[in-house]
Amino acid sequence: MSTVTMENEKRKGINPQKFALWLSMGSIIMMFTGWTSAYIVKHAAGNWLEFGLPNMFYISTGVIVLSSIALHTSYISYKKQWEKMYKGMLVLTFVLGIVFIVTQTQGWYELFAMGVDFKANVAGSFTYLITWAHAVHVLGGIATLIVAMIHAFSLKFRYREERKNRFELVLQYWHFVGVLWIYLLFFILNIR
Amino acid sequence: MADIATTYNEDVLIKELGYDDHFHDHHHGDKYQSSFISHYIFSMDHKIIARQFLITGIIWAIIGAAMSIVFRLQLGFPEESLTWLKPVLGKWIVVDVNGIGTLAPEFYYALVTMHGTILVFFVLTAGLSGTFSNLLIPLQLGARDMASPFLNMLSYWFFFMAGIVMFYSLFLSTGPFSGGWTAYPPLSALPQASTGSGTGMTLWLVSLTLFVVSVLLGGINYITTVLNLRTKGMSLWRMPLTIWAFFVTAVIGVLSFPVLASGFFMLMMDRGLGTSFFLSEIFIEGQALDRVGGSPVLYQHLFWFLGHPEVYIIILPAMGIVSEVLAVHARKPIFGYRAMVYSILAIAFLSFIVWAHHMFMSGVNPFISNFFVIFTLIIAVPSAVKVFNWITTLFGGNIRLNTPMLFAIGFVSMFISGGLTGVFLGNSTIDIQMHDTYFVVAHFHIVMGVAAFFGMFAGIYHWYPKMYGRFMNETLGKIHFWGTMIGAYAIFWPMHYIGMAGVPRRYYSFDSFDAFKHFADMNKFITIAAIIVFAVQLLFVINFFYSIWNGKKMKVKNPWQATTLEWTTPIEPIHGNWPGKIPSVHRWAYDYNKDEREFVPQYVPLEEGEVGDH
Ligand code: HEM
Ligand SMILES: [Cu+2]
Repeated sequence: MSTVTMENEKRKGINPQKFALWLSMGSIIMMFTGWTSAYIVKHAAGNWLEFGLPNMFYISTGVIVLSSIALHTSYISYKKQWEKMYKGMLVLTFVLGIVFIVTQTQGWYELFAMGVDFKANVAGSFTYLITWAHAVHVLGGIATLIVAMIHAFSLKFRYREERKNRFELVLQYWHFVGVLWIYLLFFILNIR
Repeated sequence: MADIATTYNEDVLIKELGYDDHFHDHHHGDKYQSSFISHYIFSMDHKIIARQFLITGIIWAIIGAAMSIVFRLQLGFPEESLTWLKPVLGKWIVVDVNGIGTLAPEFYYALVTMHGTILVFFVLTAGLSGTFSNLLIPLQLGARDMASPFLNMLSYWFFFMAGIVMFYSLFLSTGPFSGGWTAYPPLSALPQASTGSGTGMTLWLVSLTLFVVSVLLGGINYITTVLNLRTKGMSLWRMPLTIWAFFVTAVIGVLSFPVLASGFFMLMMDRGLGTSFFLSEIFIEGQALDRVGGSPVLYQHLFWFLGHPEVYIIILPAMGIVSEVLAVHARKPIFGYRAMVYSILAIAFLSFIVWAHHMFMSGVNPFISNFFVIFTLIIAVPSAVKVFNWITTLFGGNIRLNTPMLFAIGFVSMFISGGLTGVFLGNSTIDIQMHDTYFVVAHFHIVMGVAAFFGMFAGIYHWYPKMYGRFMNETLGKIHFWGTMIGAYAIFWPMHYIGMAGVPRRYYSFDSFDAFKHFADMNKFITIAAIIVFAVQLLFVINFFYSIWNGKKMKVKNPWQATTLEWTTPIEPIHGNWPGKIPSVHRWAYDYNKDEREFVPQYVPLEEGEVGDH
C-alpha cells in the first residue's frame, strides 16, 4: 500500500484566484484582438482617415506608467511591512488612476477638436471605441483599488499571506491594463 | 443488482486511502443549507446549479421547439387556416374576411430567429455544457465544489437574466428580432431596417451580452477547477473523457465569446451612436443613408470567429458524455483514450481557423477561401478518429441496450450522417450551389441540433439517478429514443434533397417559385414528422418531471457499476460531496473487464504486479 500513497502527492498548485484572473485577462485580450483585427482589416480596405493622436494621450501614458510603479512600490512596502509607504503609495496609485481617466477624457476632447468625430470615418470610430473600452477596464481596476484601500485602512496592519495574495490580484490586473494601454497606443500609432 | 461480478467497499477504501482536506472541520458546509432560498434558489452548490441550468434549459427547449412547429406549419401547410393559433399569437395571426388566418411574414422571421438563438445559446450551450460541467467536474475529479462557488452562482443568474430579457422581447408590439440567429447587418445594425430591428434587436443584444458574461464566468471557473482542484492521483491523463471535453469546451468559450462581444459592442455603436462599422451605401425606400465606409462582411468575420467554435462548444460536451456512456454500458475501456484526447484538442485548435467556410458566398477572396477549405476538410480527420473509436468501443462489448446507451449510439449515427454533409459544404465550389439552402439546414440540424440533443439525453438518462436519486422510466425512455431517432431522420433527410434542388432557407413561402412547387408534399411530410417528434419530446418532459418524485429509487450508490468517482458519493447528496475524506485515484477511468474483473473503480489501488492506466 505504501507505494500507492507515495505516488502523486496532492499538488500545491497555483492559487486558483490568480489563475482565474489570468484567464479573464486572456478573455480581455481576445476582445481587444477582435477589435484590433477588425481595425487592421478595415485599414487595409482603404478610405481611412489619417490623423495624429492628441498629446494628452502621451501624458496619460506617463501617468499610467507612474501609477504602475506606485502600486508596485506599495506592494513591496507591504511585503517589507513599511506601513506608511504601503498606504501612501496605494492612495497615490488611486489618484493617478483617476488622473489617467481625466487625461484620457481630455484626449478625446482634443481629438474631437481636431475634427475627428466618432461618426464620420471608421478610423475615428475605431480610435474612440478602443480607447473607451480600455478606459472601462481601467475603471474596473480603480474599483479594485478602492476595495484594496478599504482593506488597507480598515484592517489592522499585519502581514498575512492571504492579504498578500489578494494584493497581488489587484497588482497584476493594474499592470495588465497599463501594459494593454501601451500596446494599444503603439498599435494605433503604427497603423494609421 | 444480484449479478454484480465485483463489488467494492468504497467507504472503507476512501477512509483508508482517501485524501483528508479537513473540509468538514470548518462547518462552512452548513450555511448553504440554512433556508429554502439559499438552498434551492441562490444556491452555490454545484449540484443544485447544474439542475437549475438543466431545468431552465428544458423550459427554453420547449419554447424553442414550439416555435419551430409554428413555422413548420406555415411551410408545410401554407394554405391552411391558422386562426386557432390566434389566442396564443394574437395579432401575428392575420385573419381575413373569410376567417382564414395566416401567419404574419414578419413574425415568421422572428420565430425562425428566436428558434435559432434559443436553441443554440440557451439550450445547447447553457443547458448542455452548463448542466453537465457543473454536475460532473467536481464529482468526477474529486473536488468539494467549483473553484469559486460564488462566480458559479453568478454564471447561472446571468444566464437567467439573459433569458428574461429575451423572453420579454417576445411580447414587444414590434416583435422580437427577426434577422436570423447570426444577426447580420444591416438588419441588425439599423433600427429602422425591419420591424424586429428596433427594440427587438436591442433586447437581443442586451440578452446575449448577459449570456456572454455567463459563459465567461462559467468557463473561467471550469478551467480553474479542472487545473487546480483535482484529487490526489487524478492526473490529467486519468481524467474521464467527459472532463476533457468540458475543459476544452470551456477554453474555447473563454477565447471565442469575447470576440463576439467585440462585434456586439460595435453593433451597439452602429445602432446607437451613428458609427458605420458595418454599414455602407444603404438605401432605405429609395433614400441613400449617410452611413458609409463600413462593411457587413467585417461583422461576419467577428461573428463566425465565435460562431464556428460555438458549434464545437455545443458538440464537444455531447461527445464527452457519449464516450463515457458508451464505455460504461458496453463494459469496455474506451478505445484509444489518448487518441480521443488528442482529437478533442485538434478539433478545438482547428475550430479557430475555419470560420470563413460560412462566408464562401459573402464575397471573400477566393484565394483566402482556399485556405479555409483545406482546414475545414482537415477537421474531418479528428472527427473520423473519434467516430472510429466509438464504434470500436462498441465492438465485441457486453452491451446493455438501455436508454442512455441507445441515445449514445444514436449520437454516433447522427454525427456520421451530419458530418458527411459537412464535407460537401466545406468545398467552396460545391457551396456555391448549397449555400443558404435547406441542405445547410439539414447538415447542421443533424450534426449539431439532433446529435447534441442525443448527447444531452444520454447524459440525462445516465446521470439522472445521480441528480435526483431516482431512475427515469425505461419504457418511456425507449419510446422517446425510437420516436426521436426515426422522426429526426424523417424531418431532416428530405431536406437534403430540397436543398440540393436549390430551395433557399429562411423563405416564408414558395408560392411565386414554380420550380419549387413539387416540394409541397415533401414539406408537408416534414411538418408532420416534426409534430410527431415534438409530441415524443413531451413524453420525455413528463417522464423527467414525474420521475423526480415518483421514479424508481436508486438503492445502491453505483447502479451502472461505473468506475468514476461521482458514484462514490452518498445517494442523498450533501454539500461538499463526500462525507469524510475525498477519494484518491489510482488508475484511469476505463478499467472495464480487466484481468477477470468486471470493472475496477478509480479509487481502487493497483494490485501487486498490476499494470496501471493504459
Ligand atoms: C466534418 C466536419 C464539418 C464540416 C466540414 C462542416 C462544414 C460546414 C460548412 C462549409 C458550412 C457552411 C455552409 C453554408 O452556409 O453554405 C457549415 C454550416 C454549419 N455547420 Fe458544419 N461542418 C462540419 C461539422 C459541423 C459540426 C460538428 C457542427 C456542430 C456541432 C456543425 C455546425 C454547423 C452549423 C450550425 C452550420 C450553419 C450555420 C448557419 O448558417 O446558420 N458543423 N458546416
Ligand atoms: Cu463552421
